[in-house]
Amino acid sequence: MMALFKLREVQLVAVIIAMIGLIAIRFPSFVEPSSLGNVFNDTSILIILALGQMVVILTKCVDLSTAATLALCGMVAAMLNNLYPDLPVALLLLAAILTGALAGAVNGLLVWKLDIPPIVVTLGTMTIYRGIIFLISDGKWINAHEMTDGFKALPRASLLGVPVLSLAAIIVIVIMAIALKRLATGRAFFAVGGNPHAAVYTGIDVGKTRFIAFVISGTLSGLAGYLWIARYAVAYVDIALGFELDVVAACVIGGVSIAGGIGSVAGAVLGSLFLGTIKNALPVINISPFWQLAISGSVIILAVAFNARAERRKGRVILKKAEVAA
Amino acid sequence: MGILKKVLVLAAVSTALVANVAHAENKKIALVVKALGIGFFDAANKGAQEAAKELGDVDIIYTGPTDTTAEGQIEVINSLVAQKVDAIAISANDKDALVPALKKAMERGIKVISWDSGVAPEGRMMHLNPSSNALIGNMCVKMAADNLPDGGDVAILSAAATATNQNTWIEEMKKVLPNYKGINIVTTVYGDDKTDKSYTEAQGLMKAYPNLKAIIAPTSVGIVAAAQAVEDAGMTGKINVTGLGLPSEMAGHVKAGSSKSFAIWNPIDLGYAATMISYNLVTGKEEAKPGAELSMGRMGKVKLDDNSEGAMADPFVYDASNVEEFAKIF
Repeated sequence: MMALFKLREVQLVAVIIAMIGLIAIRFPSFVEPSSLGNVFNDTSILIILALGQMVVILTKCVDLSTAATLALCGMVAAMLNNLYPDLPVALLLLAAILTGALAGAVNGLLVWKLDIPPIVVTLGTMTIYRGIIFLISDGKWINAHEMTDGFKALPRASLLGVPVLSLAAIIVIVIMAIALKRLATGRAFFAVGGNPHAAVYTGIDVGKTRFIAFVISGTLSGLAGYLWIARYAVAYVDIALGFELDVVAACVIGGVSIAGGIGSVAGAVLGSLFLGTIKNALPVINISPFWQLAISGSVIILAVAFNARAERRKGRVILKKAEVAA
Repeated sequence: MGILKKVLVLAAVSTALVANVAHAENKKIALVVKALGIGFFDAANKGAQEAAKELGDVDIIYTGPTDTTAEGQIEVINSLVAQKVDAIAISANDKDALVPALKKAMERGIKVISWDSGVAPEGRMMHLNPSSNALIGNMCVKMAADNLPDGGDVAILSAAATATNQNTWIEEMKKVLPNYKGINIVTTVYGDDKTDKSYTEAQGLMKAYPNLKAIIAPTSVGIVAAAQAVEDAGMTGKINVTGLGLPSEMAGHVKAGSSKSFAIWNPIDLGYAATMISYNLVTGKEEAKPGAELSMGRMGKVKLDDNSEGAMADPFVYDASNVEEFAKIF
């Protein structure tokens, strides 16, 4: 029982439940199933991005360009929709995803072939991608009435009572969970981040593995880009400005180690849900906006402090597992 | 680049000049904008032309740099001085950088006023603001109240909690509240001018205040996000989103019904009023000094404060009847 409680994921679930309980005292209808479903739906985009980010962080890298990639892919989809209203939404979604994969590949290649530190690469591409949005859109907004109804309807539609937005997140969660557990590449992410030198000896190409991680992150940002633009029904240069910090924060809160090699799908999802719950709850419980910022910040520092303690013991154990699997 | 730009500007200005030679007795009023090719300023030019037609003996020179730089505007001003225009009405790219060039213009007897975006007091005779904080605050509450004959709960969705403009407007809204019976401002939330945060805050408002009847968002990002949130929650018709926004960004939401009306300055009126004031200064009928009242044709009169600044009018209200037309402009 105590061993179970030591698991990061279990602690997070407990914290989230406690938090929802506290919110319910001030605002009872927050715990209604529809309201909680709404929180998940609202957090879907963050979950998708956090899972992409987690893979990158696992390999000892970081992708600061996720939000910019999201904005770029969203703008590409929105502009295509505006210029060619007859194109089917599936094709636009594909365009967004491919643009994202391409943006991720650029990051990955720079990290892999030129050996530039990932934080520098993605800091650079972050501004480059925003710049590209400005160039292709001429700084103009694409507004609700300039998008077709079908384009905007998809994330709002529901299948068997589940909104497509939530469904997209669930599908990504399942795929990522299976891929990280069962695929050789999935295990390689852990090995590369846990100990890059050892990974080389086991026959893993560190650079290539990082490249794949960036492509995954970019692809998921592309998917999230379409969902974001279609959901909020507006596209402009500054969409999701600064959102990459939320994404990294979600990972860190979820127990993904910034030093690489440690993390789980469940952790990243719970970290996102933790932030999502705060974001959705703060507006209804009437807390001063200045306190909101302070609360969000304190939570992140607390989570990192927890991580630092946990890693000292856990690091080696997981590496051994990864070695065996590889 | 500098030379090419100079040549282009000179060419543009001299073409205008040649065109004007035909009726040399006409007053030449230059409408200088932040940059050419911006819908907002093209609309202001439309208003200036309207004023010119009404006055009869006025030629409008609509000009400006190709990008929004102070240097570009200085070149334009210098060439206008060389052509001896009678008045310059400018929307400035920089409050201070234009002062020397405009001072030189005034020394040559040219009447100089600024509008929309002002110049420091020593560089112009007066400045025409599109509206005033008090008028904006009042209009925001009025638009909410007009659709709530029996009163009701109203919430404000602002930009950042530290945004000076928005905070001033919100203060003004609270000041005029006693004039609107039954309108009750329940809270102010902050969307930080981010689409996602504004959307979530709007959702929170709908959850926390089941009797909410209207959301006032005096920010163009916030009003769009709030309207979308109201539509997604299926509250269209029950909650009216209003505030300050741009017609091109709000057209879809007015059509969808989540926003019955919103306001922003009308660039046509602004160009019209700036031309009227310039004309009256040129003819010597009126003088721009603190405390003076200047007439603006169909826009009424503007009273100047201690800095020789004045507010033109209430913000212009856009609704289903006119939003489509203005969406094409800005």
